Amino acid sequence: MGIASPRAGWWKEPIHKVELIWIIVAFLWGLGMFFMMIYWHGVGNQNLSNEAYRITPAAYAAKVDKMTEEYTVRQEGAFPVVRPPPGSDVYMMGRVYMWWPMLELVKGETYRLHLSSIDLQHGFSLQPVNINLQVHPGYESVVTMTPNQTGQFGIVCNEYCGFGHHTMTGRIYVVDNK
Amino acid sequence: MTAATHFRTCPTTGLKIDRSAENLIKANAVVAVVFLLIGGLFGLSIALTRWPAVHLLPADWFYLALTAHGFDVLLAWIIFFEMAVLYFASAILLNSRIAAPRWGWAQFWLMLVGALMTNVAVLQGNSSVMFTSYPPLVAAPHFYLGLVLFAVGALIGCAVFFGTLVVARDEKTYQGSVPLVTFGAITAAIIAVFTLACGAIILIPTFLWSIGIISGVDPLMYKLVWWGMGHSSQQINVAAHVAVWYAIGAMVLGAKPISEKVSRMAFLMYILFLQLASAHHLLVEPGVSSSWKIFNTSYAMYLAVLGSMIHGMTVPGAIEAAQRAKGFNKGLFEWLRKAPWGNPAFAGMFLSLVMFGFLGGISGVVMGTEQINLIIHNTIYVPGHFHATVVAGTTLAFMAITYLLVPLIFRREVMFKKVAQWQPYVFGLGIAGISLFMMGAGTLGVPRRHWDITFADALSQFQFSPAAFLMLALNGLSAIVAAIGGAMYIIVVVCSVFLGRKIGDNEVVQLGPVSGAASAAAVARYGNEGTLKIPGTVVLVAVFFVSFVLYYFVNWKYLAEVWPLK
Ligand code: HEM
Ligand SMILES: [Cu+2]
Ligand SMILES: [Cu+2]
Repeated sequence: MGIASPRAGWWKEPIHKVELIWIIVAFLWGLGMFFMMIYWHGVGNQNLSNEAYRITPAAYAAKVDKMTEEYTVRQEGAFPVVRPPPGSDVYMMGRVYMWWPMLELVKGETYRLHLSSIDLQHGFSLQPVNINLQVHPGYESVVTMTPNQTGQFGIVCNEYCGFGHHTMTGRIYVVDNK
Repeated sequence: MTAATHFRTCPTTGLKIDRSAENLIKANAVVAVVFLLIGGLFGLSIALTRWPAVHLLPADWFYLALTAHGFDVLLAWIIFFEMAVLYFASAILLNSRIAAPRWGWAQFWLMLVGALMTNVAVLQGNSSVMFTSYPPLVAAPHFYLGLVLFAVGALIGCAVFFGTLVVARDEKTYQGSVPLVTFGAITAAIIAVFTLACGAIILIPTFLWSIGIISGVDPLMYKLVWWGMGHSSQQINVAAHVAVWYAIGAMVLGAKPISEKVSRMAFLMYILFLQLASAHHLLVEPGVSSSWKIFNTSYAMYLAVLGSMIHGMTVPGAIEAAQRAKGFNKGLFEWLRKAPWGNPAFAGMFLSLVMFGFLGGISGVVMGTEQINLIIHNTIYVPGHFHATVVAGTTLAFMAITYLLVPLIFRREVMFKKVAQWQPYVFGLGIAGISLFMMGAGTLGVPRRHWDITFADALSQFQFSPAAFLMLALNGLSAIVAAIGGAMYIIVVVCSVFLGRKIGDNEVVQLGPVSGAASAAAVARYGNEGTLKIPGTVVLVAVFFVSFVLYYFVNWKYLAEVWPLK
């Protein structure tokens, strides 16, 4: 019994065939799952970049401000809506409690999206697409992103960042090239 | 004092029981249940807050309750109970005296003071940082201090456990190798040492930072080390509840492992391959390379997953073999149909096994896949997953074994038999509901730890689909069912322990459908030699495997639909 000592020589007894088969199947399945991740790096279209830099909050805020000054196309409530040229570097900043600024992107174009926070950790959650990235203060990360749908997309914060966490939102517009 | 005053002999199992070990088990188990009660009430209140139509608590109370819930159930309930399991698996199962009982009490009081301190900090309202307390969010100093004391207490408990193993070996209180259940507990305790050390390594500097001695804690480094505790401690839970599954199988049905070697190897895999599982909490973090992520989530993780998949066959296989040996041989599933479903220890154990595998295990591997994590990270899918592991799996298993500890250790008869009989089903149904509906809402993008997905006070608006709201409502309803199941457990256990009929010193307790002697005779007829047949288990495992493969690829398909990223 499992609660009593096994009889002597237990380590020499042969393994039951059914168990052995299952161990082999489960092991191969684990290998398969391992190679699936590598395979997706080769052929899949959704992979994360490893590009990241250390940066101070002030330096990051300065980059965001520069982009906002140059490319703001309209104002929406508290937010400027910024439309940087396709193919360029675009910046999104997390802070209590907004994702700043709003972006307007062109469908089918590729952008280098920079993410950082100037205070706490935040969670960049693009909805309803459902892309979720962690954003740290002091680290600037870059992903290359190609929006393939038009419309209005919400950015929700999904890393707890204090009592106003649930009010932290932002927006990305994706438009057809005209 | 003579040895006779220290020990009594258990009339049911024939084990020699050290009274001070018994008292430590009682104290830890009772405190565990109290924290389950408190934490469970917080759990119900947050589930009702997340149900948009009910929206029970105001925002600051919601975040406070969520912090308290995480700490009280995940750390206090589980770890206090694990201390009881460690003492049981060492002193009791090995017929030994407990090493250094005074240190055992130091464990108990340090953990209790620590847990109370952290709770006070949280209830004071300025430590609503979630139990993960990611910097730069900062809590009151005594929040961290309480956690550190708690961890040190638990480390002492592990030391007493190891000491007891040494005493038992030196005094030859058992013959040959330790029982499998003790082996599982050893696995749990070894991982616990690593885990608690990680906790201390990261929480001590964080504490110093909170009182202004250190200027900052790197948020990424914090996460890496913190999850060395946070995730690896889940492996303690798994090792402990798998040990509990084997123990219940053995005590209720006389089941013995199909092969000792395989089951022990599977436990060993937890130690060897899980230590870097903190990697899968960093899958969408900046500055962490893909090869590091793939290596640490798969090399290290899939071999530990392999360990769990092995137990997933050997535990039901052992039960099937024991049942067949008793003559339940018709068809594929007579052994299962005729299992003691009215026995809450067995029912809880089997539900725990099935739900842990199907709901918790599969979802965990899927969301721990490097790229798939991107569509799941920090959505409410994550709590959906771990309620299937740590509540449906660990908590339900611990509840199940309580029905055996009450007569054996507390020496009281379980009261309200009918309530006890239904309890695992009610609780299991509720937990299956909250797990599935949180996972469902998470698939639709709903964030975790979030007070208001209508964004009423936000500067820019976003609308979740009506389906997401429906999921949260169903989650709230399931939470009520789970809370009822939890209350049934607490009522039965507390009443039995304090008011139940005392069991006489020579009275034999009936743990399962067969007496201890009869089940021992039954299991003597099969062994490790490969003569037994377990076709029912093979079918169950095949169903599991097919579900796993399908669900895995469905999620790759979901992933393929999101915007291209690189
Ligand atoms: C009546 C039983 C329970 C109910 C209704 C319940 C419900 C919930 C809900 C709704 C959440 C919040 C999800 C979110 O907003 O992010 C949550 C979080 C959590 N629950 Fe439970 N729960 C229960 C029991 C347990 C138990 C027994 C454990 C552990 C053994 C547990 C561990 C946790 C943890 C660790 C969190 C995460 C807290 C955080 O995000 O900081 N729960 N629970
Ligand atoms: Cu935020
Ligand atoms: Cu937030």
